[in-house]
Amino acid sequence: MAAEMTVDIRKCFPGRLTLDVQLVLPVAPPSVLILFGPSGSGKTTILRCLAGLERPDHGHIHFNGETWFDGRAGVHTTPQARCLGCMFQDYALFPGKTVAENVAYGLADLPAGERAKRVKETLELLKVQSMEALKPAQLSGGQQQRVALARAIARRPHLLLLDEPLSALDAPTRARVQGELRHLLKQLAIPSVVVTHDWGEALALGDRMVVIGDGQMLQAGTPQEIFNRPKDAEVVRIVGIETALEGRVRESRDGLATVDVAGVTLHALAEVSVGPDVFVCIRAEDVVLACDGGGTTSARNQLRGRVTEIASMGALVRVSVDCGFPLSAVVTRAAVDDLGLAQGLSVTASMKAGAVHLVPRRDAPAPTTA
Amino acid sequence: MNWIAIGVTFKLATLTACALVVLGLPIAYWVSFSRWRWKFLVESVVALPLVLPPTVLGFYILVAIGPDSPFGRLYANLAGHPLPFTFEGLLIASILYSLPFAVQPFAAAFDQVDRRLIEASWTLGASRLRTFVELILPMSAAGVVTGVVLSFAHTLGEFGVVLMVGGNIEGVTRTVSIDIYDEVQALNYAGAAQTAVFLLVVSYGILLSVYAMNRKVGAVWPQK
Repeated sequence: MAAEMTVDIRKCFPGRLTLDVQLVLPVAPPSVLILFGPSGSGKTTILRCLAGLERPDHGHIHFNGETWFDGRAGVHTTPQARCLGCMFQDYALFPGKTVAENVAYGLADLPAGERAKRVKETLELLKVQSMEALKPAQLSGGQQQRVALARAIARRPHLLLLDEPLSALDAPTRARVQGELRHLLKQLAIPSVVVTHDWGEALALGDRMVVIGDGQMLQAGTPQEIFNRPKDAEVVRIVGIETALEGRVRESRDGLATVDVAGVTLHALAEVSVGPDVFVCIRAEDVVLACDGGGTTSARNQLRGRVTEIASMGALVRVSVDCGFPLSAVVTRAAVDDLGLAQGLSVTASMKAGAVHLVPRRDAPAPTTA
Repeated sequence: MNWIAIGVTFKLATLTACALVVLGLPIAYWVSFSRWRWKFLVESVVALPLVLPPTVLGFYILVAIGPDSPFGRLYANLAGHPLPFTFEGLLIASILYSLPFAVQPFAAAFDQVDRRLIEASWTLGASRLRTFVELILPMSAAGVVTGVVLSFAHTLGEFGVVLMVGGNIEGVTRTVSIDIYDEVQALNYAGAAQTAVFLLVVSYGILLSVYAMNRKVGAVWPQK
């Protein structure tokens, strides 16, 4: 059997939700799968089914030749038998145990000497070695997140399951940890499934992404593909329209970064150091369109381009503009009429530097953090 | 003071409390974690001794362990003497009588343990037993100690069940509460008062330590 995990499960929660998903995750080489969806869409339940904490009604879960669940044969292996690393949304650290004891908890099979060595290594890897004697209640949110991750990876799991790994952190910490987590996942090379509803997390961490809505799979692809080309209105509602482009930071000074994207120079806010290789993300509703000669405005980015497509989305209209790279804008129907927007028309697209977001790219080296 | 009766009482209370740890923890675990729809049937049976008059409970236990019941006959054949009016018979009755005083605090403490922590333990490869011993039990320590101490203290003061099942045999089944009753019947109020004060002080001391401990434990591990 191929080195991959195949999942095909159905589970019915009467009156609430019917879960029906088919996933494939390559195990070698390891990859990171993002389950993206709004809260209540069933993505955490999918993760719980993978962990063996929840039993699907029908279907199967095969992992690298092992059968974890087979509805027809009545096979349902316990979480203990699956060799997992799980990180829960609220971390679920054991409150009565120290950091070191928490990390050592999953290593009961190892001899004492090796266990202590592994705990030390893992704590060092996550830069929390100085806290080994503290209790979870004495740690900040970011430190708890690291300890939870350390506990999950210490036993070298075959599969890593992360449920909203960064959602409990405040925004500045999240931006910093996002880059570190991406680097760590790459370094660990453990196949991972990450549940999130944050596009930054999805782009930074994911190789592949599945959009979940009401328990159903709506679209699958790379995160970049999905953000740039959402399949239908339902996916647009969940992920929003996002222009996500590969770029390179040329200069970063005074919190303002200059980024090259396909030969075009953009200005962006750089709240944290994200390394030279980035995804440049621009939400379609942040783009302002004007007919040529829009005049001087406060927007730092003014791009000349040509309308390539106009697509209706109910009250709003999605306008695609080619300005050296494909850029999506969302404007009202009235604005289209006023500007006389039509395919082939020259326009100026502008957006403030604050509307251009930089997300670390997965193949980039780790950012240096304090 | 009747030191023999005090000795019998403490032996009975200690053995009852020990037996209830062995018996009560699995029952409480099941009560707390089972998702069985009819679980409340078992919960009600466990709680019955709280409301049943001790004489009623004592009567049924007497019948159940007597030589006319299969269990009583089996015991009489094995041990060579019947169970009623022996220390062993009294012990069985005490265990049943104090069952809710152990099981309910145990189960209440288990209920307080965050299920997400238990699931985290399972995903880290810990078996259900190891999760119970290493995670659930330490986190429920206060409730477990409370249950043990309450069942001990409750056994110290039992009267009706002892009278029904144990009778009043000096050095075997005569407990402190029976001794006090006998003294009063004999109009020896001074003797009764001495023993009564002793029981009052011991019981109050035990409860004092339980409540003090629960406060301290509550301050170290505050509930979320």
